[in-house]
Amino acid sequence: MGSLLNELNKAYKILGVEPGLYIRFRYKNEILEGVVMPPYVFTDPDIIVVKLKNGYNIGVLYSEIKDLEIIEMKRPEVGSISSEKIVQRKDLPKIIVVGTGGTIASKIEYETGAVKPSTSVDELIEAIPEVLDIAYIESETLFSILSENMRPEYWEIIAERIYNYMRDEAYKGVIVTHGTDTMSFTASAIAFAIQRKNIPIVFVGSQRSSDRPSSDAALNFIGAVITAVKAPFAESVIAMHHETSDTKIAVSRGVKTRKMHTSRRDTFRSINSRPLALVDPFKKDMELIEKEYIPRSKEEPILMNGFDKKVALIYSYPGIDPEILEFLIEKKYRGIVIAGTGFGHVPEYMIPVIRKAINNNIAVAVTSQTLYGRVNLSVYQTGREMLRAGVIPCEDMLPETAYVKLSWTLYRTDNIESVRKIMSTNYVYEMNPRLTEDLFLR
Amino acid sequence: MSYRLNYDEIGLRVGLEIHQQLDTKTKLFCSCPTSLAEDPYKNAVIIERRLRVGKSELGEIDPAALFEFRRGRLYRYLASPSYSCLVELDEEPPHPVNREALVIALAIAKALRSNIVDEIYFMRKIVVDGSNTSGFQRTAIIGLGGYVETSQGIVRIQSIALEEDSARKIEEKDNIVTYSLDRLGIPLIEISTAPDIRSPEQAEETAFRIGVLMRLTGKVKRGLGTIRQDLNISIKNGAKIEIKGVQKLELISKIVELEAYRQYRLLQLKNILLEREVPREDISLDKLVDITDLFVNNKNKIARFIREILEKNGVALALPLKRFKGLLGFELGPNRRFGSELADHARAWGGVGGLIHSDELPKYGIDEEFLKEIFRRLSLSHEEDGFIIIIDEREKVLKAFEAVIKRIHQAFEGVPQETRAAQEDGTTRYMRPQPGSARMYPETDLIPVKVDEELLKEAEKYVPEPFEIKLRRFVEEHGLSKDLAYSLIRSRYIALYEELVRKYSPKISPQLIASTLINTLKALSSEGLDVSQLDEKDLEEIFRALSEDKFSKELIPDVLRVKIKERDKNVDEILRILSIKRISLEDLEKIIDEIISKSSEEIIKRREKAFNIIMGRVMESVRGKIDGKIVAEIVKRKILELLRSSGQ
Repeated sequence: MGSLLNELNKAYKILGVEPGLYIRFRYKNEILEGVVMPPYVFTDPDIIVVKLKNGYNIGVLYSEIKDLEIIEMKRPEVGSISSEKIVQRKDLPKIIVVGTGGTIASKIEYETGAVKPSTSVDELIEAIPEVLDIAYIESETLFSILSENMRPEYWEIIAERIYNYMRDEAYKGVIVTHGTDTMSFTASAIAFAIQRKNIPIVFVGSQRSSDRPSSDAALNFIGAVITAVKAPFAESVIAMHHETSDTKIAVSRGVKTRKMHTSRRDTFRSINSRPLALVDPFKKDMELIEKEYIPRSKEEPILMNGFDKKVALIYSYPGIDPEILEFLIEKKYRGIVIAGTGFGHVPEYMIPVIRKAINNNIAVAVTSQTLYGRVNLSVYQTGREMLRAGVIPCEDMLPETAYVKLSWTLYRTDNIESVRKIMSTNYVYEMNPRLTEDLFLR
Repeated sequence: MSYRLNYDEIGLRVGLEIHQQLDTKTKLFCSCPTSLAEDPYKNAVIIERRLRVGKSELGEIDPAALFEFRRGRLYRYLASPSYSCLVELDEEPPHPVNREALVIALAIAKALRSNIVDEIYFMRKIVVDGSNTSGFQRTAIIGLGGYVETSQGIVRIQSIALEEDSARKIEEKDNIVTYSLDRLGIPLIEISTAPDIRSPEQAEETAFRIGVLMRLTGKVKRGLGTIRQDLNISIKNGAKIEIKGVQKLELISKIVELEAYRQYRLLQLKNILLEREVPREDISLDKLVDITDLFVNNKNKIARFIREILEKNGVALALPLKRFKGLLGFELGPNRRFGSELADHARAWGGVGGLIHSDELPKYGIDEEFLKEIFRRLSLSHEEDGFIIIIDEREKVLKAFEAVIKRIHQAFEGVPQETRAAQEDGTTRYMRPQPGSARMYPETDLIPVKVDEELLKEAEKYVPEPFEIKLRRFVEEHGLSKDLAYSLIRSRYIALYEELVRKYSPKISPQLIASTLINTLKALSSEGLDVSQLDEKDLEEIFRALSEDKFSKELIPDVLRVKIKERDKNVDEILRILSIKRISLEDLEKIIDEIISKSSEEIIKRREKAFNIIMGRVMESVRGKIDGKIVAEIVKRKILELLRSSGQ
């Protein structure tokens, strides 16, 4: 307790109060009663936060508090839902939900006043009981992190766990709850790390935390469960809102999907591709859109885990300093993905340092910051110079996907020619050889 | 009939919650304008959403929220890019709070002598009826305490909150509710009074006083829907009933009167139930009797709507109510019986069309003979007992009965605590259970706002001046008599007066505005005219026309008389009715010349003293068509001319 007090703001210490106390005091010319709340990150040091009987929080200067009386200790019990035990139907297809955190598993945290992942997968299922009519759901909470804190080391842990579940024939699908910020990175990582997949791996998250009445978590999750049970494909996919309305859930390939909006529910867009399917979470059915996919199978999946951590993703821009590449060379990076301008270009003056990098056995892969369309380094002189220097053009691959793939590739080979070969091989539809007219900014 | 009671005796207590839109440039949490779309469908994108019940941080579910969630409704939002953005659509977090709104709210808090909090924390108040896309309303307390004076004593203020207005309901059909997002996010100040109000009139006066005070900041919106009142009403041994959505000030006293009466009668009902020793435990779901067959047998008699429900797989279930004779028809207000109260619950929880109770029969084609059959089937006595029938799909009927039975049990206790909705006629209907404090949790997307000196100083410029200072200013600067100034300050027109003076003085003098609003209206009222028919827009229209010289000030009472009787007529039409056209100066001179030449001998004889006679004759034919002052000037000049030319 003493330690808790030490972490509190000055005002709390001076008054000798801590969160959970029920107090009465004179404030200006009112007598107030309420529960002391923890300060938020931005609470002024001279202020304590009090929750009044009507539910409102107010901030009061400690110097304005007179005749303070502590009435009782009344710690607000946070969280636990006191509802009935979940009843699972064993006759339904079994799936496994792996929790990694993110907004979908978040709720308000009093200590900071911020939203943090703290809901377990079980709590999520409990809050969305509809899914119990679709599948028999097991769960495991692997991490509770926001996805900006995701790391390649964690991809490896996730891949390993999922792979073990996939080898168990009992499971019809895997769901991974994940923050949306880097969801497509992880979904891509899993796409490469587990080859010859036998069941779908469905990533799901939300843009509004689950404790809000308007949260997209429930529909997204229902959509993910339907996908895990019903999808004919065995790919690493993302299931999120198809549009801002609560209508359909789009199921898209992790390797071809990108978070395209900071806050909208329909932030995930298939780039240079279509969603694989649309799910109606109310009718609980699935409409297949893409006909070419990796189907479910009875074969044993292959784990090809491991990502090289010495890979960088850099953005080209007018005025980019060659020193940035010099630094990467010096730090013994093994791979660099460039998100170039237009067809994949960098300023001409960058070519010598790129050549130097390649001569140092660094793989340099080229993608475009336009995201839409295909890299082409044959059209302009600069591109041709880049090719001559030895860069690896990545077709229509997303820069993020190329980054994940290059990390995965470099973990397996030192040979720059092998790297070139692997990067140019289409393993999980990360490249689309046919860009049709409809595949641009719908 | 009158529903008035002795309010001291029954221990009436009323508190108000007044919601007033602030007149800011942009909304509370985004940069959208604060005006409403004339046609909400124009350019609107239609977005469909559903809401789920969230748990509060204490792991509780709010009863009001659960009620809405159980209805499983679909919400359709009309989102016109001219009036809303991603923030209203719950697709973007709120921007930092609008400083202009904060400043106005602080000014109002100061004017009410409230204690302003040191740091402002926005909360999320769970509202899952779809009126907020997020499923909650953002609201923060900015002031605690304060008071307002009324002629019947001081009414204390409990709290003052700054919050966002909800979306505007456009229609509700088949479980789909359509809202326009234009209103969502307009800054709203909510003022809650203590339950210090002791009479219907004092309730209305309190609302009026607070309304005027807010108006005097010059920074609040005007017009229908920009101010809304909720009432909390209780009597001794009754319950605190929350009545929502009162848009008209004039309805407040009526609503208080009728709600006090309703509670009073419910307490009487409780006593009767106890006196008759009505067997309470017999009123339960397992006592329901399926009498669908009786209705089928009598299908030629019964009303068509009943037949239609039965044809669509409907069932008729009946709840026997021993010793209930006359109690379902027990009057609770104008056209409101205990049966209507039960029907409200059946509709709200079961989604059924209503219910049939024994005290209203024979009706709906259920004749004496059929009625006897029902009593027989239910083993009830026609003379002592009663029953309720609900006809619809079985599941709905059961849900409805569950609510009805619960409500009947509550009648044994007296007045159940609930939220009710105000109706146009001053009665109220059951709306939903009352929300608990479980509905509040912190708005984590906004950081707390420290109320510093700078904010308070900015607020100072909108704080309306105290009435003593106003009084002095009206006398010294506007030239009003002390009496007139005093009457004005006490009147409902004080804010309008200030606005009219700001707009039309010196073209129209403050004295004329004040005496019209006070003396002329009083005179018209004593003629037996209902001056309350005139709203502020009507009055302002008349002053505008006056400032445009459409008629002269002598005609104001005539114009007002017509306006009171024919409110849909504009000033031009009224002037036509009065068949008054202004006369030009030329015509006026001609008329004066004619009258003077006819009376020239008289003038020469009586010299200047003839003025009054001539003036009188001229005015007889030009009254109302031109300002009397101008007439007097010309008459005077012409008389002098005549006298001079006559050589004397």
